[in-house]
Amino acid sequence: MDFLLTSILDGLLLGFVYGLAAMGLTLIWGVMNVINLSHGPIISLGMFGVYLLFSGLGINPYVALIFVAIFGLLLGIVIYFVAVNRVINAPHLSTLLATFSVAMIITGLGTAVFSASPRNVDYSLGSFTLGSATIPINRIVAAALSMLITAGLYIYLRRTRSGRYIRAVANNRNAAELMGVPSVRILALSFGIGTMLATVAGGLIATLFPFTILAGGTYELKSFVIGVLGGLGNPVGALLGGLILGVLEGIIPTFMPATWVPVIEFILFVLILMVRPQGLFGAKKS
Amino acid sequence: MKRTIILSLFLILALALAACGGGTTAEPAAQPAANDAAAPAADQPADTEAAAPAATTETMVIGFTASQTGSQNVASTGQVNGLNLWKDTVNAAGGIELPNGTKVMVEFVSYDDESNTDRVQELYTRLATEDNANFLISPYSSGLTAAAAVIAEQYGKVMITTGAASDDTYKQGLTMVYQAYTPASRYLTGAVDLLEHVDANAKNIAFVYENSKFSTDVVEAARQYAEGKGYNVVLAEGYDPETTDFGPFINKIQDAKPDAIMGGGHFQDGSTFARQLNEKNIGVSFFALLVAPPEPDFADLGEAAVGVVGPSQWELQAAFTPESATAAGLDWYGLLGEEFVQGYEAKYDGTEPSYHAAGGYAAGLILEKAIIDAGSTDPDAVRQALEAMNLLTFFGHIQFDTTAEAHGLQTGHSMVYIQWQKDASGNLVKEVVWPLEGATAETLYPAP
Repeated sequence: MDFLLTSILDGLLLGFVYGLAAMGLTLIWGVMNVINLSHGPIISLGMFGVYLLFSGLGINPYVALIFVAIFGLLLGIVIYFVAVNRVINAPHLSTLLATFSVAMIITGLGTAVFSASPRNVDYSLGSFTLGSATIPINRIVAAALSMLITAGLYIYLRRTRSGRYIRAVANNRNAAELMGVPSVRILALSFGIGTMLATVAGGLIATLFPFTILAGGTYELKSFVIGVLGGLGNPVGALLGGLILGVLEGIIPTFMPATWVPVIEFILFVLILMVRPQGLFGAKKS
Repeated sequence: MKRTIILSLFLILALALAACGGGTTAEPAAQPAANDAAAPAADQPADTEAAAPAATTETMVIGFTASQTGSQNVASTGQVNGLNLWKDTVNAAGGIELPNGTKVMVEFVSYDDESNTDRVQELYTRLATEDNANFLISPYSSGLTAAAAVIAEQYGKVMITTGAASDDTYKQGLTMVYQAYTPASRYLTGAVDLLEHVDANAKNIAFVYENSKFSTDVVEAARQYAEGKGYNVVLAEGYDPETTDFGPFINKIQDAKPDAIMGGGHFQDGSTFARQLNEKNIGVSFFALLVAPPEPDFADLGEAAVGVVGPSQWELQAAFTPESATAAGLDWYGLLGEEFVQGYEAKYDGTEPSYHAAGGYAAGLILEKAIIDAGSTDPDAVRQALEAMNLLTFFGHIQFDTTAEAHGLQTGHSMVYIQWQKDASGNLVKEVVWPLEGATAETLYPAP
């Protein structure tokens, strides 16, 4: 059963990246109670951003992530003002439809431009072997960068003025406005940071697996499962949820056919919703 | 209350994702220029041909769906490109010339099936009833074709299937469906023979495959064949078509200590699997994967492509010529492989044709030859011509099973096996390694 340990390690490392992707979704929910259905297509854009910079301009994929992050931030701010801002106070269905429309636009344009052909970022850092365990170094780097970004986000939310504003708006938007916090700008910034996290997670996934313009959908679903596991609106819970999901994906195939992975994941999803809808680590209090 | 809201939100989400997962459009990919001109294989001359003395021209409509979106996009696009090249070639020559001098021009009606079985049934019904297609060509993939074949039978339309290798479709008593591809039951058996040839000591095989109709059929047949030859099957397991992380799965394969891995599925999962097999470097000497390796895009994997073997329905190197037809006692029909490649590259900006593209062209060519042999576009006459067909084309030998048990199953065609290798200057090249009589290089064994 040597391979069990290797599989747990594989899953754990990937779990950090899943957590990063889910953090983008859960941050937006936590701050403005919007479920961002364009999360998956935005992850795909992150993948293509790294792919295009790497294969077109020869930029190292990890350096390309910086450009992808800036693009993600700006894209999120644009999406917020175009699609979300005017329905932010409407019932949930309006924001769902607004972000769903954005998803359809991105997917449609992306398919027209890139087709649904698989792409691959042919950049390998080799493998790290310890005993019988072989771990691709790309996976270790992706996990390390995800941890760094999470730590950066944590510090940003705790230590900077705009970070504190985001927390204030998430906590009580009316009270924050009364204290002089420019809530619309802060909401736009939060949406931007959420999409930035999604694009960066997409960029990291692109260094691990081949992908298509439709690939983000898989990670969007995982992000929802993770969000519910960790508690929607709780970024740290998202990271822990990501790790749990990653480890499950590592362990399940060692005991039963690999096709059971999505079945178990979604049974867990429904169970958590029924038994502990605030998530294992507690959701944002509304 | 809050719980109810969250549950209903996720229900909406699930519906939304299901809607956006498939694709974007239901509009026709190519509208028929004049559908009514095609209705029942008209005998009337076309307007523009009024001045021609004796020869009449008619137009026949061929209907099919293309996976412009969704998981089958890559292979389907190649197939449709091949079909379009065939249509252009026929029409540029003034149409298919029947023995009585009539020229039959070809018109296509096609729709985007979004790689979705439900859409295929809906669209083929539309092709048969509203668009009045005279003949049908299958979509790409066995699953979609199985759905389309039932509709073809129901409406009495002759369908040439291509890009669809599963055997089962032809064992359901269908009488209107004819297969261009080598069936799944003979897809990987050659890889077992190749393994036996390169290493007599290899005894353990792991079969890992996408949980789809096609891959399961292929692997089941290959597994029986391998066991019949005395191989131990140390692992036989399917994976979900949406799988992206094969890491834990590969660890399990490594634990089973196989000498060879065979299986795979379609392009996306196959290329993902191959990349991770390479990164994990699990010390297996022989990889044979379905569908993905023969695609030119497989070379995008770089080092991870080296050594991977794949069965191909067609490779240019495996030269079929009028001379080889004579030697085999078969009739030859159509263009040479080189001519197909030249035509394809000229039409598609230098893109190299994959076997899916050759399969698309071959489907048109088979129909063309059957119409000429039948002397008309009458479905019964064309069916009889297909039943009697036994010829060699650039795509290989074409003959159909005419028994009730497996009517329409391809019995003439066989696979070639390619392997990605590096040439002297370090560039990735695709070499034919099996069968030996068509081989262009020695097998790279053990794979790096």
